[in-house]
Amino acid sequence: MHLNEEELEVLRIIENNSRIDLKDLAKMTDLSEADIEITLKKLEDMRVIVRYLTVINWTKVDEYHGVTAMIDVKVTPKRGVGFDEVAKRIYKFKEVQSVYLMSGVYDLSVIVEGRSMNEVASFVSEKLSTLDSVISTTTHFIMKKYKHDGTIFDQTEEDKRIVVSP
Amino acid sequence: MIKTSYVSRTIAELKPSGIRRFFDMAANLEGVVSLGVGEPDFVTSWAIREAAINSLEEGYTSYTANAGLYELRSEISGYMEKQFHVSYSPEDQIIVTVGASQALDIALRSILNPGEEVIVVEPCFVAYAPLVTMAGGIPVTVQTSKDDDFKLTPGQLEAAITPKTKAVLICSPNNPTGTQLGQEELVMLADIIKKHDLLVISDEIYAELAYDETFTSFAAIEGMHERTIVINGFSKSFAMTGWRLGFVCAPKEISEAMLKLHQYAMMCAPTVAQHAALEALKHGMQDVEEMRRSYRRRRNYIVKSFNEMGLECHNPGGAFYAFPSIEKTGMTSLEFAEKLLKEELVAVVPGDVFGESGEGHIRCSYASSMEQLQEALKRMERFMKKHCK
Repeated sequence: MHLNEEELEVLRIIENNSRIDLKDLAKMTDLSEADIEITLKKLEDMRVIVRYLTVINWTKVDEYHGVTAMIDVKVTPKRGVGFDEVAKRIYKFKEVQSVYLMSGVYDLSVIVEGRSMNEVASFVSEKLSTLDSVISTTTHFIMKKYKHDGTIFDQTEEDKRIVVSP
Repeated sequence: MIKTSYVSRTIAELKPSGIRRFFDMAANLEGVVSLGVGEPDFVTSWAIREAAINSLEEGYTSYTANAGLYELRSEISGYMEKQFHVSYSPEDQIIVTVGASQALDIALRSILNPGEEVIVVEPCFVAYAPLVTMAGGIPVTVQTSKDDDFKLTPGQLEAAITPKTKAVLICSPNNPTGTQLGQEELVMLADIIKKHDLLVISDEIYAELAYDETFTSFAAIEGMHERTIVINGFSKSFAMTGWRLGFVCAPKEISEAMLKLHQYAMMCAPTVAQHAALEALKHGMQDVEEMRRSYRRRRNYIVKSFNEMGLECHNPGGAFYAFPSIEKTGMTSLEFAEKLLKEELVAVVPGDVFGESGEGHIRCSYASSMEQLQEALKRMERFMKKHCK
């Protein structure tokens, strides 16, 4: 679908800060608050805006014990439905955070989160690799997140400019 | 014994920049939110920085040709053609300089005979008039008015021309007003300039930061290419102020004169910065687009906020400055800026440092993060409530 420049601009802004005030959003664009509300509603209805999320650096939280793995999955596509059916069987598991169809040596990239390596390992061996269409899996555990969704986690770049300049 | 001064009279008589004084005041205070910065808040993109690092690793540490790396001039030539539809030969019409400042300096020095006049359109960048003086010329200032959105009118230009006038120095989009001249306005000015056989020094350093109308280069106006010296650079468009890299495009005769000055006084622009600039032109245009969008949002935000709090502000078409009127507070620009700094710790630049007609205004740079802008605006609103009944 085609979006106009204002709709694109709203998307670009809220992609970086979905908590922005409607009032501020209106001030930053050529739209009124009422227009912004209509635009957001429209984009939500079209599922262009799918969900509003927060990027959290959980490693800073002592109470958090999660692990994340990226799993390369080779599958046999099925006549008529291709990869969609097996992708659906996989993405319905609540442990699965993301599923992407990939070009290259494997077919699906599956991101799985669990409370421990054991939990992820048993998900892979019991649930994922036992699916009929799955030929093989290769599991990579994430050791450290430096940058996620365009955000650098320990960014501390301060303003180095002099306070007043011509 | 009374010692005579060692300093040249010309330099001794130059007024120090009014910005300096403000810098000293603001730099000594804690917790200042500054809208006084005349440079992008972005750090140069990593791709450009990485290209510079790589050039050092590769050992590119010697001089380049006086006019700059041929490859860079060639890219600049392509860039000028593509962005602004003006053509300059990399062979003999483009010089890579140490910032747009040096470009201005050699432009003025290469055209001025002692006593010739240059029309300087105020409010403007603080260095213009001193540079004219240092080049042996006489700056003749023209005061644009808020009522014309700080645009030079044909009548004003005509009135300022004398038999001694050599050139008109003009900056669009403008620092400090943000005013951008449209194509039609340029055509009207060009007619007068051609009639009087004058040159134009067109400072187009903010050309990439035009938010509403497409930017038109003075050199793109019919009959102006042969009488325009275009000043541009990488500082504002690619957030590369500290690299000190600009360039100047001009007709061959003037270019050759400028190159003489440049080769004797500067040799060449820094090699590492030239390699960075090459990367900027080759792969950096997407970043320029993103930065432009980001400034535009903040422009919209700050201008609406100023008008809401009673600081009347015209909508600046480009650059990253808002130039609201503070007349209704009854204060001078300097009083306003000093009080605002003392009471609310917000640094802005009093408009009069950019010329007489800047009095009654303050320059507020919106090249700051949204958080900083919002904080500054909150403090300014409180200030306005207190001082404006």
